[in-house]
Amino acid sequence: MKRVLYIWILLIMSAVMPCFASGGEAGNKSDIDVNSLVFGHINDAYEWHIVSIGDRHISIPLPVIVKSSTGWHVFMSSCLEEGEHEGLFIAKGGDYDGKIVERDTAGNEVRPFDISITKNVLAMIINSIVLVWIILGCARWYKKHPVENGAPNGGVGMIESLVLIVYNDVIKGCIGPDYRRYAPYLLTVFFFILVNNLMGLIPFFPGGANVTGNIAITFVLALVTFIFTNVFATKGYWKEIFWPEVPLWLKVPVPMMPVIEFFGIFTKPFALMIRLFANIMAGHAAILSLLAIIFITVKVGPFINGMMTFVSVLFGVFMSALEILVAFIQAYVFTMLSAVFIGLSRVKEEK
Amino acid sequence: MELLTPDPGLLFWMVIVFGIVFFLLAKYGFPVIIKMVDDRKAYIDDSLKTAREANAQLANVRIESEKILAQAREEQARILKSATETRDRIIKDAQDRARLEGDRLMEEMKKQIETEKESAIRDIRRQVAVLSVGISEKVLRRKLEDDKEQKELTDRLLNEIIGTSK
Repeated sequence: MKRVLYIWILLIMSAVMPCFASGGEAGNKSDIDVNSLVFGHINDAYEWHIVSIGDRHISIPLPVIVKSSTGWHVFMSSCLEEGEHEGLFIAKGGDYDGKIVERDTAGNEVRPFDISITKNVLAMIINSIVLVWIILGCARWYKKHPVENGAPNGGVGMIESLVLIVYNDVIKGCIGPDYRRYAPYLLTVFFFILVNNLMGLIPFFPGGANVTGNIAITFVLALVTFIFTNVFATKGYWKEIFWPEVPLWLKVPVPMMPVIEFFGIFTKPFALMIRLFANIMAGHAAILSLLAIIFITVKVGPFINGMMTFVSVLFGVFMSALEILVAFIQAYVFTMLSAVFIGLSRVKEEK
Repeated sequence: MELLTPDPGLLFWMVIVFGIVFFLLAKYGFPVIIKMVDDRKAYIDDSLKTAREANAQLANVRIESEKILAQAREEQARILKSATETRDRIIKDAQDRARLEGDRLMEEMKKQIETEKESAIRDIRRQVAVLSVGISEKVLRRKLEDDKEQKELTDRLLNEIIGTSK
């Protein structure tokens, strides 16, 4: 009961605060570009922007590693703030908006080979360290405690129950007899996505990056599933693709079914890639847009702004709670579908 | 469009980072956890089996002990019975022997009494004979004081003897 009261007070305060704030700086308010605010967060960046106070931007500079036509360049992203550095600059507009580019002899913008530690890369590394730390911590706990001491409780117990949910329900259920070979990969994928999703919901520094909402990340994950599906596939699987059990006319003069089945090989991981990417990206966009309402309505007046702030905080809390659910569900769904696809590739040839 | 084109740099790092994470977790993380869970499951199953066996054994022991107890009770009853029998037998023996002894003593007593009686009767007879001889001597001496009477008696006696010898 006390907690509920506490939350209400926070909500009301958040509704009242902008009234004072907007009163103070009514003179120099500028329109907020919601598009750039939202996409600035969703897209990758060369620096980790933390907060802007007035015109001052506080951000963590990250290393830029680029191989351009003039060779390797390694420097901190803060060097790019003034504009060009060693012939490289961040493109504004055009095909490579927001990316580091250089000019070729004709004056066109071209992208060099760019493996900078961007915001997403750093976030992914941090999240991976967190993940490895959690799982290896659990594994160490098991090494220290013999079986006779019983099941763990607390954090280790929570991780164990998660592992078992995925292991028993998803992996065993979907793959079939030789599930053991795929278990480490599917568990890794599940926890990798889950940790990245959840860390992405933390609004400040170590979290808050849109890692799993980036298509490069989901592409690699889907690619690994694709490899696991097709490399260890059985004969029966390939037979079902190239010589499926359908009426003969569907496959002999024009190989209609084989072509469809063959496309299926690629559409399955493609669906995985798009689903995860779109869900997480949309979640981040929705929360940011809801919170942007507060800043958009500033110019309408303190009262409406206060009301809208209340509403937007309410919806923001709701969306964040929903996103926690989605974080789990998407990790689960990705793992489950991967398991199902792998399971389909393990079919035995019917006799 | 930028959203939908995977960035090569990010791809590069993702492959490396995910590869490392995958390697670490697949080698040192999940197999350990899963193995421990399996081990624990086996351990629990084992413990349950052992417990069931122990229970069965306990039940067996109870049955066994009850059997032993029943046997002991039976034995007790048997011993008691035989003790009673023995006691009865001993008492009966003793009684028998006592009766026999009594009978024997009685018999002896009777015999002795008989003997005593006979000897007493004999004694009495002798005394009576002595007394009657004495008395008859005295009677005869007084009656035979005169000759007539003496003669008379001698005759009568002679008659008598002759009468009996005929």
